[in-house]
Amino acid sequence: MTKTAIDLPPKGGFSFDLCRRNAFLESQGAKMPKFRKTGTTIVGLVFKDGVILGADTRATEGEIVCDKNCEKIHYLAPNIYCCGAGTAADTENVTDMVSSQLELHRYATSRESRVVTALTMLKSHLFGYQGQVSAALVLGGVDVTGPHLHAVYPHGSTDTLPFATMGSGSLAAMAVFESRFKEGMTKEQGIEVVCAAICAGIFNDLGSGSNVDLCVITKGGKEYLRNYQQPNPRSYTHSKGYHFTTILSSKIRSLRNHVRVVEGDAMEEE
Amino acid sequence: SIMSYNGGVVIAMKGKGCVAIAADRRLGVRGHTVAMDFQKIFEMGPHLYVGLPGLATDTITVAQRLKFRLNMYELRENRRITPKTFASVVANLLYERRFGPYFVEPVIAGIDTKTGEPYICNTDLIGCLNEPDDFVVSGTCVEQAFGMCEALWEPDLEPLDLFETISQALVNAFDRDAMSGWGAVVHVIEKDKVTVRTVKTRMD
Repeated sequence: MTKTAIDLPPKGGFSFDLCRRNAFLESQGAKMPKFRKTGTTIVGLVFKDGVILGADTRATEGEIVCDKNCEKIHYLAPNIYCCGAGTAADTENVTDMVSSQLELHRYATSRESRVVTALTMLKSHLFGYQGQVSAALVLGGVDVTGPHLHAVYPHGSTDTLPFATMGSGSLAAMAVFESRFKEGMTKEQGIEVVCAAICAGIFNDLGSGSNVDLCVITKGGKEYLRNYQQPNPRSYTHSKGYHFTTILSSKIRSLRNHVRVVEGDAMEEE
Repeated sequence: SIMSYNGGVVIAMKGKGCVAIAADRRLGVRGHTVAMDFQKIFEMGPHLYVGLPGLATDTITVAQRLKFRLNMYELRENRRITPKTFASVVANLLYERRFGPYFVEPVIAGIDTKTGEPYICNTDLIGCLNEPDDFVVSGTCVEQAFGMCEALWEPDLEPLDLFETISQALVNAFDRDAMSGWGAVVHVIEKDKVTVRTVKTRMD
């Protein structure tokens, strides 16, 4: 919606029409509000049959936890998933956009999507915006060429790795991976290591918390395990809620004890 | 901060087959209260309401832009929009201005007329959706509001109980914030009716 009143709605992409006004407001001393970030611990690991992606579920806005159970593992294609860290709106929109582009690409080529296709689409978009679109991603999937795992940084650089961590809890998770990762792990071993890495982030990093989400992708298909582990249950609620009635007085009258027959015959009762 | 220039708070809660959305009524210019009847909750359909706390000029502009997009949708599709789709429209409007955003953090509350499912969500100022099962808060006293809602909310509240709960949460939260208050308005949306009540509050 730009200049004239009869303009058609914009065709997509970013609109910069409020930038001048916002810059003026900032120069007048008003502070820019904080965007919702995902704080986050996100990890990925290549095991014998495919890829396991893991993420925590806390979203923060400044110092406040605004979502205790958000979803950070985003769908890109039936065989490709992507964990997102950084500004939540950016990760959400970038993965949605690449997911649509991949679907169109699948229709155009009549083939299953490849992980490197998603990787190239993501990195060229992020590089084009010179890091202003703040999305740090762990991209993983299995295609005809095998399992792949990549880390994508906000400025558009990528790493191809057997195990990757991103986000504020990445150091805690990487410590677990570096000590416990082995080539060619089984699915159970892989899940255990990924859970341990995410839990390290949840308990030691302030920007990560709540539950562990997992996604296991193999040649045969994918398993999206939402809230696979919930190591932070809420243990202190009042089960029936609170009541606002004011009680003025209360009195308890205990009932008389029944007579117990010690010896002799008990009285017959109807 | 820009978001606390005018002040204001909006809360929405889910109940059993109903949703409630409530807001304060203050409009201020930093410390100076200018109006006590400023509308922050806008009707976008018989079962769909959006609350827009934040910078007041953007509240009004975003409400008008959303109404326009909604009208275009209803003309093109010839049906009412569902709350989930409307949330995507809001998120798109805000993310479009990613590098020069509107200073509002919308709260959406509605009932899907086909399924009867209640729906609430809120977004940050660049359109990141958050769709929890319990309550959403937005505005200058989010910290107080989060505390009140966490303590008072319980699942499956009936409409009258939901009204009591959301009113208590809102009023006690904004009583601890200098920038919001001066009256409260609560909408309780059920499948067959919407009840709008104004609540008596402290006016300081």
